[in-house]
Amino acid sequence: MTLPIFTASDDPGPSFAELLRRVRPVETLPPGGVALDISHATTVVAVRYADGVLMAGDRRATSGNLISHRTMEKVFPADRHSGVAIAGAAGPAMEMVKLFQLQLEHYEKVEGVQLSLEGKANQLATMVRGHLPAAMQGFAVVPLFAGFDLRRGQGRLFQYDVTGGRYEEADHASTGSGSLHAGTVVKLGFRDGMAEEEVVDLALHALWQAADADSATGGPDLIRGIFPVVATITREGFTRVDDAEVRSRFEALLGRLTAQQTGGTETGLAT
Amino acid sequence: MSMPFYVAPEQVMKDRADYARKGIARGRSAAAVLYTDGILIAAENSSATLHKVSEIYDRIAFAGVGKYNEFDQLRIAGVRHADLKGFSYSREDVDARSLANAYAQMLGQIFTHEMKPMEVEILVAEVGTIESEDQIFHILYDGSVVDEDRYSVIGGDAEAIGGRLEAAFEPGLDLGGALRAAVGALAGSDRQLVAPELEVAVLSRSNGRRAFRRIEDDELTSLL
Repeated sequence: MTLPIFTASDDPGPSFAELLRRVRPVETLPPGGVALDISHATTVVAVRYADGVLMAGDRRATSGNLISHRTMEKVFPADRHSGVAIAGAAGPAMEMVKLFQLQLEHYEKVEGVQLSLEGKANQLATMVRGHLPAAMQGFAVVPLFAGFDLRRGQGRLFQYDVTGGRYEEADHASTGSGSLHAGTVVKLGFRDGMAEEEVVDLALHALWQAADADSATGGPDLIRGIFPVVATITREGFTRVDDAEVRSRFEALLGRLTAQQTGGTETGLAT
Repeated sequence: MSMPFYVAPEQVMKDRADYARKGIARGRSAAAVLYTDGILIAAENSSATLHKVSEIYDRIAFAGVGKYNEFDQLRIAGVRHADLKGFSYSREDVDARSLANAYAQMLGQIFTHEMKPMEVEILVAEVGTIESEDQIFHILYDGSVVDEDRYSVIGGDAEAIGGRLEAAFEPGLDLGGALRAAVGALAGSDRQLVAPELEVAVLSRSNGRRAFRRIEDDELTSLL
């Protein structure tokens, strides 16, 4: 591999995507919509709290009616002070995350400074927008982006639509097939300035309710020890909440739900 | 029609080398030193924004002396090379040796074929998972590569600084020790360098995925 050197007028600047376009021709999608059976990732939520933002996602990926992966990760660090969570077609989503992480790091290294949080959010919007042709063929990717804004000293979160529309949310956001249920739980339980333990419990409850009502969202798997990925983003950076802690919080949550006998059965077949 | 004068190739190369060396000698030097937790790079640089030492990749750092725009162009090319390679293959496949070779190819090409050689001297350092895997490559303006162990000095005054560093260096230095050895050698006996005149960074084994970290302000002062 030789060194990529460009003339001043052709220089891709600090953008990795631009650089990639210079050295590798763009792959175009085959025309026409064909329904392919590919993996889909489902529910993720982001909630603002006292120290920053929390992001959480279940672990299930589905292909049609089948569960294709039980341990999929949908919440990733984008860089030190931000995270990205994905829902939608798994393959393109993973590719988008990888490219996004690299894009931020590449910018930071070339320019010597980090992008602002706003800049990062816009960068992701451009990538989602670029993915629109694939989304129209059924491979939509809808991410959430959240981070700690060091300039403002607070956590901020953004949601997107398939056209690259970027919407900043003040308190919480969710995306994916179980987002209606998860979002409702978060909406009802949200208070301003929640503590970290409270917000972790709220997110776990939201994901549990989503899993309870949406077949594509995975619940906690106590047999295999698979639990949602929960991460906090604060002034100190992106930290994944330890699996053991998520497990004990989940067990406590299930205990509370059992004691309260919440939810009913909907079918009327309860004994 | 005027005939071009014949100039012996030896003379052409010598002139170019002198030109490059003169350019490099105008700037201040930099030194890299191995220490227990990785590699320390210190450069004499009074600018807080125009860096001589930078991050290339997870475990790789770059240092350049000479003409700023020229070594900065090399630095950016290195970041692009590394990021493209890591994206196409895997993060583990990005290594300092192949990057050093790519730099050497380019500098050699420019030295022989272009009117003006690049007035730069660069270091490419890679921290390994264990001490014996640490690597420092020293690349000259004409594309020659030297694989250095222990320490390396670049810049116009490299010989004198290298001599001082040889005396100060001992295996198993800690961070502070390596820093003082490097800074002492850069300064010489008749002057003292203080934090604002220095640019210091480390590739540290204990810094997570991205080993590169700048040592600045209070931390630098207290280590000195």
